[in-house]
Amino acid sequence: MSTADAALTQKFDWSSESAAARRRRRHRADRRLRTIGVVAISIAIGLLGILIVSLVSTGYRAFVQTMVTVPVYVDPQFVNEDDPSKGNYRAIVKGTLETLFPEVTDPREQRELARLLTNNTQFMIRAKVVADPKLIGTTFDIRVPVSDPFDQLNKGVIDRDLPEDRRKINDKQIGWYDKLEAEGRVSTPFNWGLFVNSDSRFPELAGLAGAIVGSFYALLVCFLISFPVGIAAAVYLEEFAPKNRWTDLIEVNINNLAAVPSIVFGLLGLAVFLNFFGLPRSAPLVGGMVLSLMTLPTIIIVTRASLKAVPPSIREAALGMGASRHQVITHHVLPLALPGILTGTIIGLAQALGETAPLLLIGMNAFITSPPGGLLDASTALPTQIFIWADSPERGFVDRTSAAILVLLGFLIIMNGIAIFLRQRLERTW
Amino acid sequence: MNQAANAEAPARSAETIVVDDPNMNPIRVAAKDTSVYYGQKQALFDVSIDIPERSVTSFIGPSGCGKSTFLRCINRMNDTIDGCRVEGLITLDERNIYDPSLDVVELRARVGMVFQKPNPFPKSIYDNIAYGPRIHGLATNKSELDGVVESSLRKAGLWEEVKDRLDDPGTGLSGGQQQRLCIARAVAVSPEVILMDEPCSALDPIATAKVEELIDELKENYCIIIVTHSMQQAARVSQRTAFFHLGILVEVGPTEHIFTNPKDERTHDYITGRFG
Repeated sequence: MSTADAALTQKFDWSSESAAARRRRRHRADRRLRTIGVVAISIAIGLLGILIVSLVSTGYRAFVQTMVTVPVYVDPQFVNEDDPSKGNYRAIVKGTLETLFPEVTDPREQRELARLLTNNTQFMIRAKVVADPKLIGTTFDIRVPVSDPFDQLNKGVIDRDLPEDRRKINDKQIGWYDKLEAEGRVSTPFNWGLFVNSDSRFPELAGLAGAIVGSFYALLVCFLISFPVGIAAAVYLEEFAPKNRWTDLIEVNINNLAAVPSIVFGLLGLAVFLNFFGLPRSAPLVGGMVLSLMTLPTIIIVTRASLKAVPPSIREAALGMGASRHQVITHHVLPLALPGILTGTIIGLAQALGETAPLLLIGMNAFITSPPGGLLDASTALPTQIFIWADSPERGFVDRTSAAILVLLGFLIIMNGIAIFLRQRLERTW
Repeated sequence: MNQAANAEAPARSAETIVVDDPNMNPIRVAAKDTSVYYGQKQALFDVSIDIPERSVTSFIGPSGCGKSTFLRCINRMNDTIDGCRVEGLITLDERNIYDPSLDVVELRARVGMVFQKPNPFPKSIYDNIAYGPRIHGLATNKSELDGVVESSLRKAGLWEEVKDRLDDPGTGLSGGQQQRLCIARAVAVSPEVILMDEPCSALDPIATAKVEELIDELKENYCIIIVTHSMQQAARVSQRTAFFHLGILVEVGPTEHIFTNPKDERTHDYITGRFG
């Protein structure tokens, strides 16, 4: 009998102190590993929590808007009855303020008083009168946003106890505002303007409608380009391409493409789409094309992984039945891979939705006050709108930046939710 | 001790030993000097064999002996494997199946295959059976297709068990039922040859008995070639048996002959359980 055999047959003492110590050490290592994991998760969730709390704590204010309801007398002498869009609506606003505050007569004070209401009050009145010319000569109540400093005053951001020279509004203006509030004219409803207005110089009027529509168009273009192209490329590479040096090279390049910084794609879009092909600047079409360059590698990689995950037995079954290559792919492999492909596509699109740098380079950070009417109209997108607002000095834009980020996060959560739903709904077991 | 047993056994032969059977049916599939290479590695060496119609031929041999490789040559499933190369001649009804003029799609419809692991499509039972007739355009209308589905399921002995739930997924059946579904699916395109690659290795004994019974019935109409690891199964279901070893076809002949009176030393050692 060799020494190795002797070592095996020798009875090992499981109850010895050294064996017990070794077991304890192993259990300790298990606990340590688990603790490290829990700590790591806590850090991740904690950081996410800080982000959300800080966004919500500044952003919540932008979801309500201080409004004031004022009576408007549409004096026929200021309005052209045949064409109500022409008229001196500024004077009508002035008249409104004079009826509300008859004691203010000094022109300088009147100008200060006028700053209470949003600058666009006259246009809002005009819009109402144009819509219903019968209002000419009557008095009606209209609810308009107060201008940003008074909005902030109402929301408690501007401190009344500060010395007058250190705030944006003086004591007299606060007095006028308080009078309106005492009359019950001030209200703070949900700020629908955030979703139905487009960008504006005035924070109280600025909204995300243009950015949302722009992002939608850009993502639509991105999807229409990258989904079919990505799937076709992935199917070719996975199912048809011979395995040789060239396909290896293509594969390496696609994987690298997924890791290229997005600003590089932006430069490419600027050089090729705008300068070479002469496509319009700031257009969602170009934005979508640039974003599709970024989602394309993601979709190709995800699709290939999904195709690979289809069990070979299904392919063999179909091939064994005499199905041709394309029948195997379209009847069996693609339908089985579809949940994975869709999930990956939606996650790729969600990434594209949040992408800022390439859109900046093709000019989608312009100041545009109306939603784009089509793919070629100048537009902004959600992340670039956030970028623009974050750059603006007015206090109201600080709130709106956070609010816009929350809206963007909301869209991302919805898209990821759809991805999870599709995966659970379509996934088949075999 | 081993020496003594070997002394009685027959010697190794360099050539394939073919034991002829005067009652053998006409030949349907024939291979001549077929060699298969996976890249540089040769997996099958000059296999020549005649396989008769309307009977069961079983391929036995230890793991890695090339019996599955040869089986997959017969419907050119090896085409799908990168770097696989087939040399020699394999004929189906005296026509070279590797001839460029023969469409592989047609070949696979004429040579059906049942795999080791039941692999129904993740579709309904009906669609599983109807898939082949549909892609090959074998049925012109719905009632004809219904007829094909029913007769295929009947041939596979599955009709009574599933006739009330044809719309249920095929993957919801038990393992044995799934394998019979796969056989029904292969039968649905009226093949001439059915290849079975260890069809019972994933099944329990009762399901195995049912599939074997089914194979016995199917041999009345089809040329069946079955690869099996179970020598008892080969003895039970097949009329002819071929023994493969290390990529060489060692011996082929009537099943009772192979199991009772093997001519080659290796066949003798294998069937007496000395290796494998």
